[in-house]
Amino acid sequence: MNYEPVIGLEVHAQLKTKSKIFCSCPAGFGGNPNEHVCPVCIGMPGVLPVLNRRAVELAIRSGLALNCEIAEITKFDRKNYFYPDLPKGYQISQYDQPICRRGHLTIGGKEIRIHRAHLEEDAGKLVHAGAAGLHGSEYSLVDFNRSGVPLLEIVSEPDISSAEEARCYLMELRNILRYIDVCDGNLEEGSFRCDANVSVRPVGQKELGTKTEIKNMNSFRAVQRAIQSEIDRQVAALERGERIVQETRLWNEATGTTHPMRSKEEAHDYRYFPEPDLVPLVVEREWVNEVSAGLPELPEQRRTRYVEQHELSPEDACLLAESKELSDFFDRAMLAGAPAKAAANLLMGPTVWYLNENKIEFSQTHITPENMKDLIEALNAGTLSSSTAKQVLFELLKAPGDVQAIVKEKGLAQMSDEKGLTEVVSKVLTDNPAQVSDFRGGKTKVRQFFFGEVMKATRGTANPQMVNKILDELLTR
Amino acid sequence: MKELVGKSVQELRALLGGKAVSAREVLAAHRQHIDSVEPELQAFNCLTEDLAARQAARVDKLIADGEVLPPLAGVPIALKDNICVPGYPTTCSSRILESYRPPYQATVAERLQEAGAIFVGKTNLDEFAMGSSTENSGFKPTRNPWNTAMVPGGSSGGSAVAVASGMSVIALGSDTGGSIRQPASFCGVAGMKPTYGRVSRFGLVAFASSLDQIGPLGRCLEDVAITLSVISGHDGKDSTSLSLPVPEYVKELTGDVEGLRIGVISELTGQGMDAEVLESVELAARQLGQLGAGVEEVSLPATRHALAVYYLIATAEASANLARYDGVKYGYRHRQAEDLLSMYRASRQEGFGVEVKRRIMLGTYALSSGYYDAYYKKAQQVRRLIKEEFDRAFARFDLLVCPTSPTVAFEFGARTGDPLQMYLSDIATIPVNLAGLPGISIPCGFGKSGLPIGLQLIGPTLGDAQVLRAAHAFEQATEFHKKRSPVLSAA
Repeated sequence: MNYEPVIGLEVHAQLKTKSKIFCSCPAGFGGNPNEHVCPVCIGMPGVLPVLNRRAVELAIRSGLALNCEIAEITKFDRKNYFYPDLPKGYQISQYDQPICRRGHLTIGGKEIRIHRAHLEEDAGKLVHAGAAGLHGSEYSLVDFNRSGVPLLEIVSEPDISSAEEARCYLMELRNILRYIDVCDGNLEEGSFRCDANVSVRPVGQKELGTKTEIKNMNSFRAVQRAIQSEIDRQVAALERGERIVQETRLWNEATGTTHPMRSKEEAHDYRYFPEPDLVPLVVEREWVNEVSAGLPELPEQRRTRYVEQHELSPEDACLLAESKELSDFFDRAMLAGAPAKAAANLLMGPTVWYLNENKIEFSQTHITPENMKDLIEALNAGTLSSSTAKQVLFELLKAPGDVQAIVKEKGLAQMSDEKGLTEVVSKVLTDNPAQVSDFRGGKTKVRQFFFGEVMKATRGTANPQMVNKILDELLTR
Repeated sequence: MKELVGKSVQELRALLGGKAVSAREVLAAHRQHIDSVEPELQAFNCLTEDLAARQAARVDKLIADGEVLPPLAGVPIALKDNICVPGYPTTCSSRILESYRPPYQATVAERLQEAGAIFVGKTNLDEFAMGSSTENSGFKPTRNPWNTAMVPGGSSGGSAVAVASGMSVIALGSDTGGSIRQPASFCGVAGMKPTYGRVSRFGLVAFASSLDQIGPLGRCLEDVAITLSVISGHDGKDSTSLSLPVPEYVKELTGDVEGLRIGVISELTGQGMDAEVLESVELAARQLGQLGAGVEEVSLPATRHALAVYYLIATAEASANLARYDGVKYGYRHRQAEDLLSMYRASRQEGFGVEVKRRIMLGTYALSSGYYDAYYKKAQQVRRLIKEEFDRAFARFDLLVCPTSPTVAFEFGARTGDPLQMYLSDIATIPVNLAGLPGISIPCGFGKSGLPIGLQLIGPTLGDAQVLRAAHAFEQATEFHKKRSPVLSAA
């Protein structure tokens, strides 16, 4: 039988506010353990939460970017459970009146609906001594720095139908949140966390199969692998005639499999009820309109614009728009008058290579839009070859500079002087008599070798067309 | 020295302002009185001596410098031990918080401090304010100064006793279902629960957040009014506090009740109330009529459900509010547990008293999956009905009256075996919390045993001033408040 997976994702995105959601402690990553805490975020008796309006604003911003309806009245609820990282014994969250509902985002032309997005506070972090988890550890310590950091939980509809699609959805969601500057989107540091609900059903069947929830995935790759592994496990189980048990399962990166964490029966009864310490929040429409007006261009709009206005291929547009920083720079280079295709190539090729090689962000580089324009002009004018252009580009990324000055200083100007180049080519041929006679004996491939030698001798500055022309002349002579 | 005990706020102000006495002397007189009567009454969990000495010294400096004295300058006050004052334990009379010292100050404590008040100590209460006799204290019983064989009421029993016995001039309590008014009634003093949101709850250890409200107790209405003005007002640290201007309540005490429309709640002036209590309350209503108010009966049938509604909502909120006492961060922890779950269980089992555990279980049950709609949600709906019924009544009346409690103070142990019997003690006060209204209890008579009887006056939302005005007019026209408990009249 053929099975189709049905996948829904729950994402917890940490909102980039200066302070926590219910107190004034700093919300950023880092700090010594329990340095960023106060009586409110460690749940001391008698203290009260006060809602951070900025967190609400970032939630509205996210909701709008995800095409959601923004609630006119929203409220908070208590989600009750005991765990040492939860200082009050309940988490302030939103149950039946979330701030955002009914949105969607588009991946590769397919619309994935978003069921809801709601605000809540993060819990603290446990550190265990002598074991990986609480169980079996000698002792455990709690760090409440993260406690009270604002989270937006974004829940998709079960519209995702493959592990690959799940990864694309997550990447697009992260990209959107980064574009609108509400979340760092760092999976490793945990500022962007994902749980997956996975079920399978025979193709053509309407009812959904029994789902499992997968946790503990710390990278895009892990999400894709974990979901695929769970799909395979469920299909195999069904084919053996077994039933799927509704449960929560943990992804194990090392073994590449999921294993059960708790069954439905062991699931918590969260006993949600309205948070009496906070009053319901009326979200004024003027506020929503204001936030909406401040929304930047989103990835989807940007991709379309690149194709329509700059005539980039859809693939290039997609690749370029994936990084807000890089495509922001691209836009500025366009304003400076740089040609689109060449700029896109330089950014997506050698620039991305350079960033990866040096493990830095684009914001840490020094190139200006004018540099980009000059560089492409030099390339088009024949002053630089693609290989020397790359060298100049790296210099510009490394430190503030000027294309002409770098070309001059490093002696990278393209050699188009016929007399000089003829001398270089002659010397290469004279130095390699055996290869010359091979060539003349019919091994025409050796020509590549001569070309390389010339380039080596001129440190890549030789004008390639001229080198070819001179080689032709001298070899056929 | 002794003559400084039993004075009112204004009397002390005159003495201090005229440099007849110093704040240090006022404090010393009260300390001396505490030393003599506290061993028997047991109203205090701790005395804040160092703090009081510093506060008195500061007031004396103001006097010496010829500064204008703030409204409570040099006035000894007792705070219920669920209100946080840094540097001293805040125990809620619970073993689970026995060693807990908050590093932060309740907003009310801050405002009292700025107003020049002298904190004499933290008073005993029913554990986490759950109870009506202060017998649920995890530490000790507090005795009624009118008759030490009787309970002082609760949960703010310690605060009511401190005021009634003269160990402090005024006190703060907290009122979730009657915890200020009922002990005020049992101890023959005035005790007010302001409109919900009028006074900041920041620094008040929560029992039931949507019902809790801090309020003052005093031997006269003027003292209550002055204190209420000091502690009221918006607080950025409490989202449920109202951002409305605070009247100078003492100026509202005009003695004028001419034309005031007063409704006597028929459901709370009949069955279940002791005859002597009803008699006093009827006389009181008549007295108000003689002062110029129009008095009529009014029926509020929904109040019959108030007790049931209260014990679902208050316990549900409490079950969450008390979840933080888990042995992890502060407070009592069972040290021999094998794993996390048994540490939680043992710490909470040993740290909480019986009544607190009963209410946590009730509340947890009311919120449980499958029961939420039938209990918590239904209770919220009925709460709304009660509120609407009050709103309709206040379209016809300016104030409502009824007894504060069905009985006078009872003997120790009389109701501890029967929680329902104990809960009935608050039947007349609970509806007021559910509707978020202002309510006050003032002395309106004495039973055959010589124990005080309390009259409850209830106002509409933010009608705190008219509640105080009527209560004050009644007080001025009667002698009940002048009768002192034996402990104080002997001082």
